Amino acid sequence: MALLQISEPGQSAAPHQHRLAVGIDLGTTNSLVATVRSGLSIVLHDDEGRVLLPSVVHYLADGSTEVGYAAQAQQSHDPHNTIVSAKRFMGRGVHDIPDIAHYPYRFIDAPGMLQLNTVAGIKSPVEVSAEILKSLKLRAEKSLGGMLSGAVITVPAYFDDAQRQATKDAAKLAGINVLRLLNEPTAAAVAYGLDNASEGVFVIYDLGGGTFDISILRLSRGVFEVLATNGDSALGGDDFDRRVFCWILEQAKLPPIGPEDTRLLLTRAREAKELLTDHAEIHITCALSSGHLVDLMLTDQVFTEITGHLVTKTLAPTRKALRDAKIGIENIQGVVMVGGATRMPQIQQAVARFFGQEPLTNLDPDKVVALGAAIQANMLAGNRNDDELLLLDVTPLSLGIETMGGLTERIIPRNSTLPVARAQDFTTFRDGQTAMSLHVVQGERDLVSDCRSLASFELRGIPPMAAGAARIRVTFQVDADGLLSVKAFEQTSGAEANIVVKPSYGLDDDEIANMLQAGFAHASDDKEARALAEARVDAERLLEAIAVALKQDGSTLLSTEEQQLLETKMNALRNLLASSDARRITIDTETLNHASEAFAARRMDASVRKALTGHTLDNLKV
Amino acid sequence: MAITLTEAAAARVQKFIANRGKGVGLRLGVKTTGCSGMAYTLEFSDEIQPEDLVFENHGVKVLIDPKSLSYLEGTELDYTREGLNEGFKFNNPNVKDECGCGESFTV
Repeated sequence: MALLQISEPGQSAAPHQHRLAVGIDLGTTNSLVATVRSGLSIVLHDDEGRVLLPSVVHYLADGSTEVGYAAQAQQSHDPHNTIVSAKRFMGRGVHDIPDIAHYPYRFIDAPGMLQLNTVAGIKSPVEVSAEILKSLKLRAEKSLGGMLSGAVITVPAYFDDAQRQATKDAAKLAGINVLRLLNEPTAAAVAYGLDNASEGVFVIYDLGGGTFDISILRLSRGVFEVLATNGDSALGGDDFDRRVFCWILEQAKLPPIGPEDTRLLLTRAREAKELLTDHAEIHITCALSSGHLVDLMLTDQVFTEITGHLVTKTLAPTRKALRDAKIGIENIQGVVMVGGATRMPQIQQAVARFFGQEPLTNLDPDKVVALGAAIQANMLAGNRNDDELLLLDVTPLSLGIETMGGLTERIIPRNSTLPVARAQDFTTFRDGQTAMSLHVVQGERDLVSDCRSLASFELRGIPPMAAGAARIRVTFQVDADGLLSVKAFEQTSGAEANIVVKPSYGLDDDEIANMLQAGFAHASDDKEARALAEARVDAERLLEAIAVALKQDGSTLLSTEEQQLLETKMNALRNLLASSDARRITIDTETLNHASEAFAARRMDASVRKALTGHTLDNLKV
Repeated sequence: MAITLTEAAAARVQKFIANRGKGVGLRLGVKTTGCSGMAYTLEFSDEIQPEDLVFENHGVKVLIDPKSLSYLEGTELDYTREGLNEGFKFNNPNVKDECGCGESFTV
């Protein structure tokens, strides 16, 4: 029996027509999936009740993958093939990653986006992310009891076009229909219902496992504008663990320790940090493999002291963002806390002191982005009343083209509400010029060399004219997902050229189609492998059972010929096990099972006789 | 005869209505679609219609129009968990046959 959810008045869907939509927080460290059930936004958990899915993918030599906790467990054993933080590589080349030497992966510098050489072959960050998304999709479909109609996936506000497109491609590869990409801070604001306010300026303080992001949003007439973003891509909750870890080493006066003890102590450090959220003091005890015993007491006061500089480190980007946004602290209507690390009381206190107001903390900071994305997905899937305002997003960076002298001509300024289309007229530079090259760039700088190059294309067929006589209209259009298409049109001749900006990292539709195809091919291999394994297990189970029975009763219940016949058939099946013909194994197992039926029946009779011997009918009452 | 809610279902409905911030109760109904005759509808309600029949269970008002009631008489609405999925379930004594997934039925 299908399980139903409560709909809004008059919004009951026809049976089998429920539009199942989810919000996905595709994070650097952890990912989550949430949905709206009977009007309430909730995060979906896995079979074991865990809501977080570590954003980790482990590639195995046979081409299969492990995702989440199973993959995380392999991280130290198989670091080259266990990909963490794939989000940092999305839409990025090797030269874009400043600390690339710190990663244990075998990077390949491909045009546009780097790739990773794993034991299962070369993988792009898009494929890695797709594995995480597939796992979340599976969880959602199991939890909701049907096919997903679409998802809203969140991305950092500072993601550029290449990174956004890479995220969309990962979703496509995972078989997810993307309703919208949504900025993470915007999603957090939606989760708190801030979009119901008429207007105001809000700060989203997001301290995750390994990254810190601060975003200043302005809400006006239902539109969230990103006024400024800033942050530190190498600062997060993990740094607090490391600080406690160092403190343990100092206090316990430990000699240099091996990797296993390091892992153990880091785990203890993280537990200590988490316990100090609601305890004034905690004990850290553990026995190291070196024989050393650690037995320390950590108070919240000491913890605050040793990690104080990390808290302060978040305030510098915060100040900078406020300055960029030209917003004074007194104009901030609300501060939203996102990311597990914001549970630490000293962070909440520091933020409260800085902004002169208590931050919003009543939603789980790990879940808030996913919850907001789910609310937006539910609206976009059409499960809410039409009169509710649809939240809009804005372009994170300005878009423009290169003009003479390597200068940027901005066509769509940053923070334009999406979708947006803007046009500008250009002309030829030389007499008789018949072609024009257009270089599309993104960024706030004036020199093209300081901006990010998105695409180049050429407009040909301009009739020869005096310089400055041609009228070339260049139109930039950005759709609701923040994706750009550019068109150039010469007005006297009708010559036209256009480009959809996405191959800035070299993944076109064909390549994605190929990757999808490969996924399907693999699916059928997987299915065959499973059938073979199951057939072998069944055969072995039967062989074992008959062998035991023969040993016990073979000589008493069967004639020599009968025994020999069974044994011949068993040997035939044993030999067949080495083959990979699942169908024949199944058939032969069936035949052997049939051939042994008479033997089984005789054993049954014999055991019944044995049980009845020496009993009268009276004491057989049951 | 009446429509009843199990305690689990009532607790859920109260939680959902509280979260929604408004609503006088839960509206049950049937409509004629689906692969097997009739389909259940389950909605929040913001007002009681004059023709509505109202059943109160564990503090939750269940509203139903008289036409739907003839198909739902004696139904118990439960809230259950099946694997990872959870939701409301109609235990309807009038049902003779239902489609594979139980979302639509005939009486």
